[in-house]
Amino acid sequence: MASVATVTLPLPVLPEGWTGEKDFKALGQLSSAVERSIEPVGPHFLAHARRARHRRTFSEDDRIQAQEKAKNVEEVDDGEISEPEDPMMLQREAKDWKTQDHYKILGLSKYRHKATEDQIKKAHRKKVLKHHPDKKAAQGRTDDDQFFKCIQKACDILLDPIKRRQFDSVDEEADVDPPTKKEQKSGNYYKLWSKVFKAEGRFSKTHPVPTFGDVNSTQEHVEEFYNFWYNFDSWRTFEYLDEDVPDDNENRDQKRHVERKNANARKKKKAEDNARLRKLLDDASAGDERIKKFRQEANAKKNAKRIAKEKAEKEAEEAAKAQAQREAEAKAAEAEKAKADKNASKKAKEDAKNAAKKNKRVLKGSVKDANYFAGAGEASAAQIDSVLGDVDLVQGKIDNEELASLAGKLNGLKVADEIKGVWSGEVKRLVDAGKLKDGDVKTLA
Amino acid sequence: MAENGDKAGPEPSNRVVIGVTFGNSNSSIAYTVDDKAEVIANEDGDRQIPTVLSYADGDEYYGAQAKAFLVRNPNNTVAYFRDFLGQDFKSIDPTHCHAAAHPQEAEGTVSFTIKDKGSEEDASTVSVPEISVRFLRRLFGAASDYLGKKVTSAVISVPTNFSEKQREALVKAAKEAEVEVLQLISDPVAAVLAYDARPEAEVKDKIIVVADLGGTRSDVAVVASRGGMYTVLATAHDYDFAGVHLDNALIEYFAKEFIKKHETDPRSNPRSLAKLRAESEATKKALSLGTNAQFSVESLADGYDFSVTINRIRYEMVGRKVFEGFNRLVEGVIKKAGLDVLDVDEVIMCGGTSHTPRIANNFRGIFPETTTILAPATSTVAINPSELQARGAALQASLIQEYEAEDIEQSTHPAVTTVKHISNAIGVTTVGPDGEAFTPVMAAETAVPARRTVHIPAPKEGGDVLIKVVEGGTHIKVTKPEPKEKEEKDEDDSDFDSDEEEEETREKIWKIGSALAEAAIKGVKAGSKVEVTINVAADLSVIVTAREVGGKGGVRGNLRAP
Repeated sequence: MASVATVTLPLPVLPEGWTGEKDFKALGQLSSAVERSIEPVGPHFLAHARRARHRRTFSEDDRIQAQEKAKNVEEVDDGEISEPEDPMMLQREAKDWKTQDHYKILGLSKYRHKATEDQIKKAHRKKVLKHHPDKKAAQGRTDDDQFFKCIQKACDILLDPIKRRQFDSVDEEADVDPPTKKEQKSGNYYKLWSKVFKAEGRFSKTHPVPTFGDVNSTQEHVEEFYNFWYNFDSWRTFEYLDEDVPDDNENRDQKRHVERKNANARKKKKAEDNARLRKLLDDASAGDERIKKFRQEANAKKNAKRIAKEKAEKEAEEAAKAQAQREAEAKAAEAEKAKADKNASKKAKEDAKNAAKKNKRVLKGSVKDANYFAGAGEASAAQIDSVLGDVDLVQGKIDNEELASLAGKLNGLKVADEIKGVWSGEVKRLVDAGKLKDGDVKTLA
Repeated sequence: MAENGDKAGPEPSNRVVIGVTFGNSNSSIAYTVDDKAEVIANEDGDRQIPTVLSYADGDEYYGAQAKAFLVRNPNNTVAYFRDFLGQDFKSIDPTHCHAAAHPQEAEGTVSFTIKDKGSEEDASTVSVPEISVRFLRRLFGAASDYLGKKVTSAVISVPTNFSEKQREALVKAAKEAEVEVLQLISDPVAAVLAYDARPEAEVKDKIIVVADLGGTRSDVAVVASRGGMYTVLATAHDYDFAGVHLDNALIEYFAKEFIKKHETDPRSNPRSLAKLRAESEATKKALSLGTNAQFSVESLADGYDFSVTINRIRYEMVGRKVFEGFNRLVEGVIKKAGLDVLDVDEVIMCGGTSHTPRIANNFRGIFPETTTILAPATSTVAINPSELQARGAALQASLIQEYEAEDIEQSTHPAVTTVKHISNAIGVTTVGPDGEAFTPVMAAETAVPARRTVHIPAPKEGGDVLIKVVEGGTHIKVTKPEPKEKEEKDEDDSDFDSDEEEEETREKIWKIGSALAEAAIKGVKAGSKVEVTINVAADLSVIVTAREVGGKGGVRGNLRAP
């Protein structure tokens, strides 16, 4: 867009007497335009779309793009490696390469296992430019190539993926120590352990490695984390710590002995590492409030179910009991009532019996009072017998109430005629009612 | 155009993108490495993968393997189905499927009845979208295998006359094949992009004719490229002049040769015809590379083997009718755009048939010498015509892969893509040999807002100069008979064929139109240049800036919007 075309034909000379305000004269306007669709393809269209959407003019857009580009360059510069060099490090001997920190040598200690190959190459180049023996020689320090050799060795190892893994495996600088008990109590529990597991995660064969999470992590997350870590698949090896195997051909036995020793040592270290990781996990899970929380929640859930069940059972039982009690009570009440009724009827019967007995006595007494209707003289035995027989007959023909009323009428009467009158009235009533036949009770008629 | 759909695509940073050309006859897949597009070869080593699916004993074959089955198992081989996608049965042209599985109408869509499950199973009805999904899945699978990463997103190129329904169907099919379509771009523009993305290419204002000569159809488009932005001015689609018609011409020729020898017509038997067709196509391709080709089929018909040599001259005679058709097609579309062949700066030939040298040579004859014909036969820098569109799609894919799907959608929205295009060129007057001359700064059909800068030399002696900004009166074609006074060297002088009999010379001459503004730069040093910048805003208001190159200050003025 910003490219400039060059024209061969020259411009005309300004005619005499040409004037214009600020040397410019507007003469016309553009003729009408056609609306067409541009194809949304290609880098220049993207630039157009960017301008159109952000409403930028050409110069604004140019400036913003230039700024962005400039920023990019700066960022690249920032990304480059500029760590202060430890003077002690510069004194290192190349033969001690096993103990050197290759990342530190190249000035990559803040990246470590995360350093990309590109970064390593750049860092190496930068260091080489600075520490090349020829440059030292120019400063008058001949034969000062020890640190340069260290750099070469570091680069050697870090650019070889296998060797780099071996070194990364034993790179203690990248480890994060597990938090102490005291630290754990300070409230940063999840943050501190997160760091530990993030560092350990670099050994994982599978990615992504689940994060430790924080206090609000879900149960699935936490479970996934612990499942992953208890089944951790690590590529960590300990070859880097091997004893040097003598490579002279003279002593084969010695060589094999050292190799065996190394293999055993590696195995042992690997086992130790696994145990260490397991302990780490145990420690982390022991203090993990989330697990407790989840367990409590689970328990509460289970308990809630159980309690609800028990409650339901109890309620059912109580309901049954209450029902039974109610039934029993009703039964008892009924029995009571029946008993009372029975007693009452018995008493009434007895009373009636007694009353009848008494009335009968009154009846018999009345005829006795009337001297058996024998008049003034002593009543003959036959007379008494027939009267009493008639009284019994009448008694047998009337019920208790009539008996009572008759007894009431007879009670208190002493005069024989009156008694006789009552009796005859009674007999007459009975005869009228058809209960007695006329002439059955001659003596009382 | 970016279809996001219901399911969100992958994160821009996780995308693995490819460019795809899903053609009616052949498809291609391409990816970009270090800003360069490369076409991916599938498992069989093919970069042009025939758009064919074939089923045999429950196995699915695609590409060249499936195409081979057109001879032995045509009923279970599906070919030329791309154009059926998103169409209803009434509007499809089943001609090309005659030798393969026949399209049928089923439940309102186009379907094929094929035995795709196994030999004992009954034939099942498979719809065109389903076939497309299966084929795209194989294409994406081949790309994933090649890249070693699962392809997640793609830019697919489609013909300019693909309807909205067809586009939707294609996006849906791709999604079912588990690939997000970032954008559908049109075929001709993909081809232009493939050329413009070459590192040596420079951004120029030019008119490009893209001749996409395919297997079953030819599409020609006139594209205005203005500062790297493309506007399609006119298109033409033709189904009567394409690769298969050249094949048919060859089939006819060879069949007649065969009849002469054996008195039996190989075209009467479908199997013989299929063999004839396959070998004719191979011969056609061979003739694009060499001047002679061997046509040989074992047991072509009635058990007779047939072998004959054909040279390119013979082939060009046999196919002359089709070749002339291409010429007319291109001429027609230029006329449709309201342009002249003199206006065309570049002809890009793409599609498999563009390999044919005769077609490119014919075009060379139509266009003036200043026009570049980008085909293998006429240009050494030409890119393989079959790969252009896939490459363009891949380049576009790499350009937009970092954008969110929503961003792509917004950027391709008509509100952004529909803009005003100036109808006349804008330029300044300069002193030519015949007096006042027009020097274009901004060409016609430039999408606004636009900005152009030119450096114009001041008069030799320096001093005060006048910058007169004018509209370039629409260029006029001056037609003159040959025996007239010789024009000095101008923009175009077409002196080819001049040794033949009298031929008129056609030239493009600028005419100065209405004046827009005048500005003066005073005290310009001798031999220095003046920089003129014309900036047209979206509302057609113009800002003219002029200053001496390397000088301070300068003149700046505005023209109001009309």
